[in-house]
Amino acid sequence: MPETVFQHLQNLIDANPVMLFMKGDKLFPQCGFSARVVQILSHLGVTFETCNVLESPEIRQGIKDFSQWPTVPQLYVKGEFIGGCDIVTDMYQNGELETLMSEKGIAIANA
Amino acid sequence: MPMTAQEIERTILAALPDAKVEIEDLAGDGDHYACAVTSEAFRGLSRVRQHKLVYDAFGTRMGTELHAMALRTITPA
Repeated sequence: MPETVFQHLQNLIDANPVMLFMKGDKLFPQCGFSARVVQILSHLGVTFETCNVLESPEIRQGIKDFSQWPTVPQLYVKGEFIGGCDIVTDMYQNGELETLMSEKGIAIANA
Repeated sequence: MPMTAQEIERTILAALPDAKVEIEDLAGDGDHYACAVTSEAFRGLSRVRQHKLVYDAFGTRMGTELHAMALRTITPA
């Protein structure tokens, strides 16, 4: 994978405290798993940025290599890889996601 | 080319021999599964590392042949 793709991904992760790599975007998710993570983040009321991996084959493969994680969506919070849809769902349901956001200093609007 | 539930179970057991694997065919199309895996191997690991153990069992097939598998990892009580 070219250095530039990894650098681009790192820049997105550095620039956005809550960064979601997904299929589609937050207004029009193009996969049920991506849609669910958008829904959870929206419900928590955190500000987040999304990157549509379907727009670029380099990014679509690049993010998998970057995270060493085979699937999309992928959620990063303050530079840390949190996981995919199943982990985020699980953490949301048992309250861990809210705790994580608080610990990392991410504002939650509708907790 | 999708994977069958039996293949999924076999693949996970090859990597995690003690695992208890429950698979549900979500859409009835042999392509969208929910999978719950219980194994001692998960003990003490973060969720990301637990899921990675399962994903690693599939190698490059995960995210390609097997593109839609909801995964839940459980450590035995």
